[in-house]
Amino acid sequence: MNGESSGYSALTPAQFGALVAALRQAGYAVAGPRVADGEFVFGDVSSSAGLAAGYADEQKPGRYLLSKSAKSAALFGVVNGQHSWKKYLFSQQETLWRARGSSGGFSVEQEPCRPAKSAFLGVRPCDIAAIRVQDAVFTGGACADTYYKTRRENALIIAANCTRASGNCFCDSMGSGPRARAGFDLAFTEVAENGAHYFVFEAATAAGKQLLSKCGAPAASAAQTRKADALIESARAAMTKKLDAKNIKALLYRNYENPRWEQTAKRCLACANCTMVCPTCFCSTMEDQTSLDGAQASRARRADSCFTLDFSWIHGGGSVRPAASSRYRQWMTHKLATWHDQFGTSGCVGCGRCITWCPVGIDITEEAAAIAEAEAD
Amino acid sequence: MQDPMTPRRFRIARTLRETKDIFTWELRAEDGGEFAFSPGQYNMVYIYGIGEVPVSISGDAADRRKLLHTTRAVGAVTEAMRALKKGDMAGVRGPFGSVWPLDKLEGKDIVLVAGGVGLPPLRPAVYHILRNRAKYGRCTLLCGARTPQDIAFAQELERWRGRLDFDVHVTVDSAGPDWRGNVGVVTTLVSRAVFTPEKTAALVCGPEIMMRFAAAELANRGVREDSMYITLERNMKCGIGLCGHCQLGPVFICKDGPVFNYGMIKQWFLKREI
Ligand SMILES: Cc1cc2nc3c(=O)[nH]c(=O)nc-3n(C[C@H](O)[C@H](O)[C@H](O)COP(=O)(O)OP(=O)(O)OC[C@H]3O[C@@H](n4cnc5c(N)ncnc54)[C@H](O)[C@@H]3O)c2cc1C
Ligand code: SF4
Ligand code: SF4
Ligand code: FES
Repeated sequence: MNGESSGYSALTPAQFGALVAALRQAGYAVAGPRVADGEFVFGDVSSSAGLAAGYADEQKPGRYLLSKSAKSAALFGVVNGQHSWKKYLFSQQETLWRARGSSGGFSVEQEPCRPAKSAFLGVRPCDIAAIRVQDAVFTGGACADTYYKTRRENALIIAANCTRASGNCFCDSMGSGPRARAGFDLAFTEVAENGAHYFVFEAATAAGKQLLSKCGAPAASAAQTRKADALIESARAAMTKKLDAKNIKALLYRNYENPRWEQTAKRCLACANCTMVCPTCFCSTMEDQTSLDGAQASRARRADSCFTLDFSWIHGGGSVRPAASSRYRQWMTHKLATWHDQFGTSGCVGCGRCITWCPVGIDITEEAAAIAEAEAD
Repeated sequence: MQDPMTPRRFRIARTLRETKDIFTWELRAEDGGEFAFSPGQYNMVYIYGIGEVPVSISGDAADRRKLLHTTRAVGAVTEAMRALKKGDMAGVRGPFGSVWPLDKLEGKDIVLVAGGVGLPPLRPAVYHILRNRAKYGRCTLLCGARTPQDIAFAQELERWRGRLDFDVHVTVDSAGPDWRGNVGVVTTLVSRAVFTPEKTAALVCGPEIMMRFAAAELANRGVREDSMYITLERNMKCGIGLCGHCQLGPVFICKDGPVFNYGMIKQWFLKREI
């Protein structure tokens, strides 16, 4: 990296803009944080001017507040929102194949999956961890998912280390942040303070290095990398939520019967918001459609949630988990315990989305603590 | 290679009415190729314009030209399956799932316990055992149905019963006066079977409640729980561990099952609403 021992480059906002332009020039569809209709979302980014400059989020259980400050120049001041990158990799709705009927039967054709080369700009460390969790789910087993795999292979990841923590973040407990350690092509820390505004970049792959070389950025000074590191550490220190990740699996395996499940189920609306916003939840259902004249049929996969009754419905037995407490137990036990045995990793990366977007503010960290407490009683 | 999400086309070469609601299909691959599977496995069967359901393979694994499915018509897809005729087409994804560990069980006495439509998934195991009869000890099939009219594979059961090296006991839950066989739930037959418990393996397939009682009866007779195998059913959408629907605690029934070692799966199987 430019022969510098630190391996870090410092980009000005203009050079950062040049990087976005270089990505587009290299044929990447760039997706990044934006504000659309008052919501913080991930969307197409045609230039760095389209990013969420000056915005910041405030999160609490069941609450999300987006605000804009004229004083802030930060492009990545928002920690996260209800979108996660899974919307690009694991499509919420996609056709798998199409069939044509005739008197002699039918023919089937797999739906081609030819994704554009895409660059995810500003991926939070917890969200990188989530992508790696979904990699294990969709590509780590005997049958890889063609659609996920193809999109994933075409995605370039540009990480944004966190310099702020939201009120619901607990990535430090889950070992997934606030600094991205692996799983990216490029990573940066944005420094926007006291009139200074720059991005401390590191490249981890050949593709990342090549892109970085195109924006003509000098090596970062020691003071600049120190500042960036300090901001990351301040985000770590600011995190108020904690989860005992080391003991949670054994705790939940011991507590399939615990009065807390019933108590929480009284608040839970079984709305499925938590599974929809969770960057690792992967469940889906199949929907078959037939044209009115019956000449064509197709199968689509659509995101699904273990909170619905249909999810586990079987003939003669109805839903396997009729009680809301059973469904809530499935969700939390899957995220924090059974996931380890299925995929060798936690299913929770500590992004806090499920806490924020729960209409009644159920907090997974609080629930884990409550179960431990109820067990101790 | 065929994507596991895309169905392969098969044509119905023969249909057989087993009972008033159970029917068997003999399928041939439209591409002329073979279909290889192991006893215990299942397919996702697709009916054009209707949908797709998991159905166990009920034929002989040694005959790769034919694919057999035996299904009870209970709802939208299985009713549509029943309405199809010879020459009609169906889609098949598979074979998926775990198998009856028949190689591992050589040398043992085998007790097969089937309740209702639990017999079709066991039939490939029976074929395998009978073809390799000398490799197994004493073999017994215990089979239950609701009424005499609900007994699937009735003629075949008669044939098997005629063999000196295979004990077959059939019972029904209820019957009219002309039924001369056993009446009672299938688990009551366990006490009739002749086997040496410490060298016996049991393969059990049927409704969950029946499998629970069967396992308890077998354990009473001294069969070890880790020598028992059961198959489990859950809602399934993909068959390959990607859709999440079939989870039972840490296992995916679709890929870790449907056949499970009872000693291993018991702790999950016996938990409520998991
Ligand atoms: C591994 C496995 C093997 C099976 N083998 C056989 C077999 O050999 N013979 C046989 O008759 N039946 C078998 N079944 C049960 C069979 O899949 C159901 O009877 C069938 O799915 C019912 O679908 P339906 O559309 O007719 O019923 P509906 O009641 O209309 O069901 C609607 C939908 O619910 C889902 N569903 C309902 N019941 C089940 C179920 N039990 N398991 C999974 N999904 C369900 C399906 O997606 C179905 O499309 C097996 C099930 C599993 C999981
Ligand atoms: S369970 Fe909640 S905190 Fe954990 S990864 Fe999912 S949304 Fe984020
Ligand atoms: S928590 Fe529920 S929706 Fe999410 S992956 Fe697990 S089973 Fe699927
Ligand atoms: S059927 Fe989809 S994960 Fe098991």
